[in-house]
Amino acid sequence: MTLTPPEASTRLRVVSVVAAAALLAAVAVTYTVRAVHRAEPIASSSEFALDPGHLYFRSTQAGAGRVARLPASGTGPRTPNGPSCERFYAAGGTALCLLRRPGIPPKSYAVVLDERLREKRRVALTGIPNRARVSASGRMLSWTMFTTGDSYAGGSSSFSTRTSILDTRTGYLVKNMEEIPLTLEGRRYHSPDVNYWGVTFARDDNRFYATVSTKGKTYLVQGDMRKWTARALRENVECPSLSPDNTRIAFKKRVRGGTKNPWRLYVLDLRTLREHPLAERHSVDDQAAWLDDDTLAYALPGREGRKQDIWTVRADGTGTPKLRVPGASSPAQVR
Amino acid sequence: MYLATTDAVATAKDKKKGEGDNATKGRGRQGRGRVTGPVLALGAVSLVTDISSEMVAAILPLYFVLGLGLSPLAFGFLDGLYNGATAFVRLLGGYAADRGGRHKLVAGSGYLLSALSRLGLLLAGGATAGIGAAIAADRLGKGVRTAPRDALISLSSPPDGLGRAFGVHRAMDTTGALLGPLAAFALLWVTADAYDAVFVVSFCFGLFGVLLLVAFVPGRGALPAAPAAARASRPRKALTLLRVPAFRRVCAAAALLGAATVGDAFLYLLLQRRLDFAESWFPLLPLGTAAVYLLLAVPVGRLADRVGRRGPFLAGHGALLAAYVLLLLPTGGRTLLVGVLLALGVFYAATDGVLMALATPCLPEGRRASGMAVLQTGQALSRLLAAAGFGAAWTLWGIGAALTCAALALTVALAGGAALLRSTEVTSEKAPPLEEPHAPPEGTP
Repeated sequence: MTLTPPEASTRLRVVSVVAAAALLAAVAVTYTVRAVHRAEPIASSSEFALDPGHLYFRSTQAGAGRVARLPASGTGPRTPNGPSCERFYAAGGTALCLLRRPGIPPKSYAVVLDERLREKRRVALTGIPNRARVSASGRMLSWTMFTTGDSYAGGSSSFSTRTSILDTRTGYLVKNMEEIPLTLEGRRYHSPDVNYWGVTFARDDNRFYATVSTKGKTYLVQGDMRKWTARALRENVECPSLSPDNTRIAFKKRVRGGTKNPWRLYVLDLRTLREHPLAERHSVDDQAAWLDDDTLAYALPGREGRKQDIWTVRADGTGTPKLRVPGASSPAQVR
Repeated sequence: MYLATTDAVATAKDKKKGEGDNATKGRGRQGRGRVTGPVLALGAVSLVTDISSEMVAAILPLYFVLGLGLSPLAFGFLDGLYNGATAFVRLLGGYAADRGGRHKLVAGSGYLLSALSRLGLLLAGGATAGIGAAIAADRLGKGVRTAPRDALISLSSPPDGLGRAFGVHRAMDTTGALLGPLAAFALLWVTADAYDAVFVVSFCFGLFGVLLLVAFVPGRGALPAAPAAARASRPRKALTLLRVPAFRRVCAAAALLGAATVGDAFLYLLLQRRLDFAESWFPLLPLGTAAVYLLLAVPVGRLADRVGRRGPFLAGHGALLAAYVLLLLPTGGRTLLVGVLLALGVFYAATDGVLMALATPCLPEGRRASGMAVLQTGQALSRLLAAAGFGAAWTLWGIGAALTCAALALTVALAGGAALLRSTEVTSEKAPPLEEPHAPPEGTP
């Protein structure tokens, strides 16, 4: 068998591959250099403070990745150049900023900011920032990170969440709340697959609500910080958000299976335990924020090429959704 | 004839590299002395391709959730959707490669499809359907190329150098898998999260891998498989390979042991619970395992060539058992961490490539890709079953009991595997079977 190709052919192949490699490397480098040039700088400083009467949000257009604000009434001029955050929330003179810092591997942090938006405390985290909340008094902070690769359930749900709670007064930090004793259907419940997300605290800074998921179902749980217990209240409630008067919970309810438009915003009255859908018909994947006792704000996928937009809708189920801030996410009204 | 053709190919490859002066002398010495050009070429292709694919895999969740603002749930769904489909595609890839000896063409299409899927991600923008299609194309490419590639490695290596050849390939492959995430995170760093730059660079790497394959991996004419090609006429015939007793035993052993392999993710999670170390360390655990795998793949492969592949293959599963036991014992701290990562690395080094080397002598050349596809699919399916079973046991009985069960199951599987493989090695070492030694009647002309 004579399978040996001529030497010249080998040389030709080497030369062609080297030439192709050079060309591909040139493409890769050029593209990367261009990407470096259009990169937005990361900032930890802020050109404004937490002032009542403003709607804060994370900008996804001009000054992308940084917090900006608008006057709460009307539209007014947008003030850019707040801190860089992936997720942001503020209340009671405290702001919570979840951010990622590049590196190998990239690191994530929860940063506590004071009323002048200066850093007070920083907690190192793993995963991708997903939800952030501050209690009305500014004392209790909670956040949810989303992680991949450590799921043991197998199959189609290869993600898990880690939810933390931080008491800023005592400095007490619960890094992962999934060990909290949970009562489900009247019994103490144990399962390695429990995941919590979307915590919201009541005015007493002790009672809280959150979502727990286990065995493919989600439940609304009511928790007690001091006793460190949680109790499931009802099924199919995700990302609860307690109204300022503490009487209602806005949440996303799964109305369809699969991944196409699965959720709809609902409000649950805690006294009557009756729920009603809101006028927003798009699927909302966000922990809605109450601007006041009648209005909810939430992010939707952006229109006209924008990444995300903030919309508002009435909490009583009437009216029509309104586009509030184009090119923005993470709404937080500071009162 | 089997030996003759293998010899001729080895000779041809060596001449091609321009260092074939002593190639006609003693096959044994040569097999242990050097890895053939095609194996190195395939290793380089895998290295570059793994950089490309691991770059994307490392940042895809980030891109999905932060870059696009989409739901983690949707990502989990898309990610899990195609796992089942790859098993079937793998069988098809093996069959297509054997038909006409088109290993290079089939493997090349797989590599190309995966490379093009990066452009798909770039063009899909925020469209979930487009991203889903791109992920599907990548998985499809991966499924199609694996068996033909491993068949090419086996066809390009002398029988007594198979362990080493697969070891070299797996070491190069793992190097790529280690470098990929580092490259991706470095890119995100300098570009301040320009995911599109990662896709473009990944595409360039992927395409370069295809070019390496086209230029340096021998095609149909250079392989001994071509004459036998006509026989593998129908896809389901791949399963008739299971009628070859030696191959059937290897498959049974691999599936049996696979059914007691609970999966790294579980072990890392257990490690994290036991040690309670900083969470930011968690993503680095697989890197530790990969580093051990990378370092040991070649030495273990050589050892397998010298003492027979059965021993290292079983010992590798013994290392996995040691990892289970370590996690059950009250040991803690650094000993536990180092011990488990070391054991997992040894497990991969002694089982992944070595299994292919173990199976090769049982498979006729013309149906090697199909055979390897059957073997890999069987192993993958039984591991899937093991993960599901372990997850259920964990939920039902708690972690200690689940892990004890896994350890017991692995002990039983090891005994079973040892018994199944006892006779295999004897036949393969002393007398490599002729083509289709036990072929079904309709399989021979």
